[in-house]
This record gives sequence, C-alpha cells and structure tokens, in this order.
Amino acid sequence: MKFLCVECDRQMQFEERQLPGDGTLAAAFRCPTCGRVVALLTNPMETQLVASLGVKIGGTTISPQPMETVRGMLVTGKADAFDEDRERGAGSSPIWSGEAQERLARVPGFVRGMVKRIYLDYAKDRGIAEITPAVMDTARTDLGLEGM
Amino acid sequence: MTLNIRTYHELTEADRSDLPGQIGSQRRRVADRLATVRRVVAVLSGKGGVGKSFVTAGLARALARSGRATGVLDADFNGPTIPALLSLPVGRCTLHDDGIEPAVSAEGVRCFSMALLLEDGRPLAFRGPETEGHVWRETLEAAALREFLADVAWGALDELLVDLPPGVQRFQELTELLSAPPAVLAVTIPTPESRDAVRRALRAAIDLKATPLGVVENMVGGPFAGSAADDLAAEFGIPVLARVPFHPADGTWEDIVRSAL
Repeated sequence: MKFLCVECDRQMQFEERQLPGDGTLAAAFRCPTCGRVVALLTNPMETQLVASLGVKIGGTTISPQPMETVRGMLVTGKADAFDEDRERGAGSSPIWSGEAQERLARVPGFVRGMVKRIYLDYAKDRGIAEITPAVMDTARTDLGLEGM
Repeated sequence: MTLNIRTYHELTEADRSDLPGQIGSQRRRVADRLATVRRVVAVLSGKGGVGKSFVTAGLARALARSGRATGVLDADFNGPTIPALLSLPVGRCTLHDDGIEPAVSAEGVRCFSMALLLEDGRPLAFRGPETEGHVWRETLEAAALREFLADVAWGALDELLVDLPPGVQRFQELTELLSAPPAVLAVTIPTPESRDAVRRALRAAIDLKATPLGVVENMVGGPFAGSAADDLAAEFGIPVLARVPFHPADGTWEDIVRSAL
C-alpha cells in the first residue's frame, strides 16, 4: 500500500508504526512536502492477514528467523519442538532485566526461543546492553511482531 | 477540484515497506533452497482417503534404498501422517541460523512435517481473531508451505516428494512458489468416484503446466471396484505406474521407482 498526498501530488513516506491494542496496527505516513501525517488503522483481521503473509509494514531491519510465520502463529505447537540453544554473531550478549525475563517466561514455549532470539538480535544491532520491557515494547513495534 | 489520482505503480519513490520486495525476497529464499533439488514431485489425488501418504512413504523408502537422495515434505498440515509412515525418530527440531534440519528416517529419507511441531492430539490452530478465520487461515497455511520449502535445510536431493492433502488448492500454492511446475504423480483407488475427483485434480495440474508422470492405483483387489487408473491413463495419455494391493508385496515400490522415477 502507498499513500498519495493529493494536494501536493507527492507520495507520502512511512513514518512509524504502533500497536495500540485490540489487534489494531497503526502505520503513520507523512507528506514530504507539506508535512501532513495520516495514520492507517487496520482491523484485527487485516492485521492478521498482513502477518499471515509474512511481510512487515514499514519493513524490518533484522534477518528473518527460520519458519518465522509458523512459529509465531501456531498456538498448538509442542513446547519443546525446537532445540533453541544457539548463539548468533560475535560480541557479548545483552543481559535481561528481571521484569523482561518474567515477561519472556509468559511467552508460550513453542515460540519462546524465537522471540528471545529476535529481541537479542534487536538489542545487539542497536548496542543495547540490557533488555527491559520497554526495549521489548519498542522492538515489537519496530519489527512488526503483530502476532507475538 | 479534480483529484489527480494515480496508480500504485506510478508512485515510484522509495517505499520503506516495499511489500512486493518482501514477497520477492520470500520467493528467492524458496528458489535458493531448492537450487540443489533435482526434481520436485507432487503426490496428488484430489480425493481423500486413497492412500497418497502411504504411496508417498513407500516410494520415498524405495528411492532412498536405491541410493537416491530423497526428501518428503508433508504438505497435509491438518492431517500429517508421513513421520509415522516413515517411522521417524521422535526428537526436537535442530535449528541453525539459516534453517531447520529435517528429520531423517532409518533409510535416509529427509522429512519435514507439521506433525513434528504439533502437540500430540492437538489440531492445527493459529493465533488470530476468533471470527472470520477464513480470511487469513488459508494464507497462513500457504505461508507454512513456503516456509517448509524455504526454511528446511533440505540439502542436495534427487527427489523431493510433496505429499499433498485432498483437493487442488495446496497444489496451486506449491506451483506458485516454485520456479517451474512440479512433476505430478496421481494416486487413485479403482472406483469411479475416485476417478472423477482425480480427473479434476489432474486437469488442474495440467492447466498449471505440470508434467504428469502417471497414475498409481491403490487398494486394488479389495472391496473397491472399478477401472479408475485405466480410465485416467487413457484420458490423459499417461501410464499406469502400478496397481498396489492392500498389502503390497516386497518390491512393489521398487518397481514403481524403476518404471517412473
């Protein structure tokens, strides 16, 4: 999807995305000429359809995880389906705050390993030393993890 | 005021979302993964209960025993049976950065199936809105097929057999994901009802430029009467590769491999 600022006859540029709740995905676009901002709001079914396609509105900066869509969407998966003990890349790994660990523990076992990996990659890429719930919220919005 | 509305493709400035680019990247990932697979063979019927998975497993074992590098992608996500038919070892799936290792049977058949991921006895269920699930469920199953093709570390294979569910939808999704249409092996039982369902499926496959290798008639010599395989062979100009009895004799699958694969 693209947005056209009809008055300026300019293609609007993606600005940011938010997940305000109840399955809504909000994507904001700004006109580079007049600065007007419009927000696209999807209903839960539309949000789900986008996630089902395995694409991210606004793009993403981290590499896709193997079987990302299946692992992110399946709710009847075995908790121990995957051997997740792997490290990627060089450098020291960010630490997890207690609150972030508690939140991670509430993620279903089937998808927990992948979610943990995504947050670790996000933090490493940005030089974040400690993963907190706030970092998780930002990553979730930035990376388009609607289904997780 | 006259609005100067333009088409999607007329707006050519850089687009951070680049959704067509993301889709293209997904397709390239499938092509890259399958670059080392010599041939994809879709095992199709259009009719449920004719023994597609049984035939797929028998052929895969025979191919592996003959020294061919063989994989099976179990594309029946709602009723996956291939791991049981191949007597796959129970274990966790091993992840690497670029893919998931397939399970390997005693004969060396590499396999991936939804059965390796689902909790025992639980149905395939996805997170999402509780109503109007038809809007996105098929899309998710198509995404699962794409990820099974692209994200399993199949390695170099002579044949990748794709065990399809009844109907033609999964076959159509498969064809859209591959860079060239797959070969097709049709499975039927002798009855006219099965023949008619398989006829539709074969016609759909041929319309999508797939190459039919032939038809296997399963469950021959039992309570099912008819001449489905001969009828289909005559109509489509394809060989009857085998007539498989309820209890196949040793060497049945090897005969099919020698004659068709």
